[in-house]
Amino acid sequence: MPAATSSQTIGPFWHGLAHPEWADLTRHGAEQDHPDRERITFAGTITDGAGQAVTDACVELWQADPPQSPRFPAFGRCATDAEGRFRFTTLRPGPVPAGTENNTMPAGGETNAVQAPHLAITIFARGLLRALTTRAYFDGDPLNAADSLLQSIPDPVCRATLIAPQEGSGAWRLDIRLQGEGETAFLDV
Amino acid sequence: MTQAAHDQTGFRPYAPGTQPPNDSPEYGSTRLRHPTAPLVPLPHTATELGGPRFLPDAFPPMADLSRVGGREALGERIIVAGRVLDEDGRPVPHSMIEIWQANAAGRYAHASDMHDAPLDPNFEGLGRVFTDAEGAYRFTTIKPGAYPWRNHANAWRPNHIHLSLFGPGYATRLITQMYFPGDPLLALDPIFHTVADEAARNRLVAVFDLGLTQPEWALGYRFDITLRGRGATPFEDEGDAH
Repeated sequence: MPAATSSQTIGPFWHGLAHPEWADLTRHGAEQDHPDRERITFAGTITDGAGQAVTDACVELWQADPPQSPRFPAFGRCATDAEGRFRFTTLRPGPVPAGTENNTMPAGGETNAVQAPHLAITIFARGLLRALTTRAYFDGDPLNAADSLLQSIPDPVCRATLIAPQEGSGAWRLDIRLQGEGETAFLDV
Repeated sequence: MTQAAHDQTGFRPYAPGTQPPNDSPEYGSTRLRHPTAPLVPLPHTATELGGPRFLPDAFPPMADLSRVGGREALGERIIVAGRVLDEDGRPVPHSMIEIWQANAAGRYAHASDMHDAPLDPNFEGLGRVFTDAEGAYRFTTIKPGAYPWRNHANAWRPNHIHLSLFGPGYATRLITQMYFPGDPLLALDPIFHTVADEAARNRLVAVFDLGLTQPEWALGYRFDITLRGRGATPFEDEGDAH
């Protein structure tokens, strides 16, 4: 069998993927399936190596928790606007199992066996031949200190690019720098 | 969990040379957009192994791009079909494929496309299909035209169709472009040539298929797609030994 098909850029004109409503993961009444979860916004700006806004990016959000259900897609997509901004509405994730064996939380609360709550972020754009992937963790979450990915990044400045500060009640923000000073840590997924 | 255990359960690393580097200077738009630091390794976890599921009930298929409201688009009608398999040859079933492309004149129905070529009111260039239980998909469209871009002097993109796939997990997500055999622009296209591995590059070119061609109606092109397999090949009975 051949190797996996090569990626190619999404290009500047990806109208086939444009579904603005997908930026709201609660649009089908997600709280009905997950009444214990807080509804949050997650927003940010994407800039390039010259500090210019990336205005033609396709940003995708995926979260393993809470699990996908008929009213909660667990997946969103948002186009950056003329200022390079994106904005999602979703449910705040909880911890995610660290292992790959199954999708259940371990009994006994072993913190090493879970990942801190996070959102998986994928960026497609003109000039990106492959998607860039990163994660957004939540500033102040006590599980961050034991998260295996965060702890694998020794440079605190680099690590901080994965941690979204809180802007207000239920509002989180993470700006993404594709290149240069403050460059976001991108993941080899 | 040990690294070895991850290797058995995560998706396979990409084969060297088969994926284009984001730092590809010949494609000018990469210059300010590629990260300079190495990517951070991430053994696959529940986040990367899971992925969104899309069902045709909620995302109705749009398998005929060649007409809008029953009115036929201008251009050469074609059929594109193929199978989506993983690197072990297993079908990727019931998986959504999103499709978009320029019209026959080389113009996208996108507000930002300023190419001086006509729009076609009967062509939007948007499609969506699902693979069947065997990983097979099929759609009808209009052969897209070439169009100029400003990457270098007298630069033209070869005819291509954009395809977006999800596959079984977040880590199998793929956006690619399908090219057409015999296109003289392929030899000159820096985006196509960012794939260093020649065999992998050539697999981005669809194959003309007379068997898929429908008499007196449309030429057929076959485009098979491979998504990442699991890290280790399980020795299980595939049930297809001959």
